[in-house]
Amino acid sequence: MSNHLNIIVEFKGGMELLFDNVTKKELSLPVNSGEDGSAPVEWTIKDLINHLKEKHLKERPELFVNDDSIRPGVLILVNDVDWEILGENEYKLADGDKVLFISTLHGG
Amino acid sequence: MPLNCARCKAARAILKRPKTRDALCKECFFHCFENEIHNTIVEGNLFKPGDKVAIGASGGKDSTVLAYIMKLLNERHNYRLNLVLLSIDEGITGYRDDSLETVKQNQKDYALPLTILSYKDLYGWSMDDIVRQIGKKNNCTFCGVFRRQALDRGAIKLGCNLIVTGHNADDIAETILMNVLRGDIARLKRCTAIKTGSGDNPEENVVPRCKPFKYTYEKEIVMYAYFKKLHYFSTECIYAPNAYRGHVRSYLKDLESIRSSAILDIIHSGEVLAVDEGIKLPVLGACERCSYISSQRICKACVMLEGLSKGLPKLGIVKSSKVKMIKREAITDGKKCDEKCCSFTCKSETDNKTNCKS
Ligand SMILES: [Zn+2]
Repeated sequence: MSNHLNIIVEFKGGMELLFDNVTKKELSLPVNSGEDGSAPVEWTIKDLINHLKEKHLKERPELFVNDDSIRPGVLILVNDVDWEILGENEYKLADGDKVLFISTLHGG
Repeated sequence: MPLNCARCKAARAILKRPKTRDALCKECFFHCFENEIHNTIVEGNLFKPGDKVAIGASGGKDSTVLAYIMKLLNERHNYRLNLVLLSIDEGITGYRDDSLETVKQNQKDYALPLTILSYKDLYGWSMDDIVRQIGKKNNCTFCGVFRRQALDRGAIKLGCNLIVTGHNADDIAETILMNVLRGDIARLKRCTAIKTGSGDNPEENVVPRCKPFKYTYEKEIVMYAYFKKLHYFSTECIYAPNAYRGHVRSYLKDLESIRSSAILDIIHSGEVLAVDEGIKLPVLGACERCSYISSQRICKACVMLEGLSKGLPKLGIVKSSKVKMIKREAITDGKKCDEKCCSFTCKSETDNKTNCKS
């Protein structure tokens, strides 16, 4: 039985420039309950970052990721909480989560 | 896994402070952020009652938060400052247009008077004109040198005796590193100072400048803007960014991710680096053309303007005997600067960011 994890992803602070100027995306990520292994059983932020890089990023991936991890200088908030107190890459996304990426690297 | 605030122990933490690694709730974060800037202002003796202060406003994150914080602290702690917003319009179509809209919004939101000065008015050249003339290489140097003078001129015009800029701890650490890498001792000294152009060397700047965010991390400025719902404009300058600074910036961010105190450590190093008395620092005099303060006979802005009008845009960018020759030629021309660039003093590009930011 296949299911979906529904989350909202937002981009601010210039991050949106890398995503075709889109500031908000509603994503429905496939989740597998375990039988056929065609989709992950759960999604971590790390998986989400990879997914965004592979499927949604339009330009200059080096401004978004660095060796498979978020580029230093990009802030991530999950439901308005700093991901640094949520376990960073290992945080497991839950249905309805709002994940915000803010670039501090774009000119001020 | 909700984590409680390290300070009040009651509310839910929303942010990990880069400086201390403490997790704080929203209210405690606001309190600490504002109070630390107030302490920086008090300890650095940045203002005195009656000062008329120009806030260099670009519409970007740092200056937007700076305008908000200056107004807030001025009222809360009764600094008795007269605050005004000063913006520079470089004349970059599609870049400055949008950010100036943001500054105009700040003017309304914070009820602060706003003045906008354009390069075109001041120098006869907009950045678009300059890029048409010289191409996209090196134009950040022009922009940085011109902006520095422009802020001084604007502040003088408005009768301000002080300029505050939004340079944050990350910016300053970056500039310190760049000056170390370039071996630029004079600038290294200047970029570390929280206040320049006053005290021991009153000649150093036309209008004294200070940096209330000297010890404030970029992450916290961005988080503060987000949680306070302050609107700022963020984009890259459409002209070539300063590649060298870009590399230093990434390097610093990488360092910070390994050791979070790296930024303050570098600022501390910059502060304690002393210049040996035997080292000759450039002596500042006045530009022979426009009388703006300069370590050279002719200030950098005048040399650049000369280059533009003569179709020699490399003037003022490359240091070579060739340029010195042209400079001598320029002096012997005996021509005075036109009115637009006269009666102000200038100095070569300094700690001001050169990548199109005020
Ligand atoms: Zn608290």
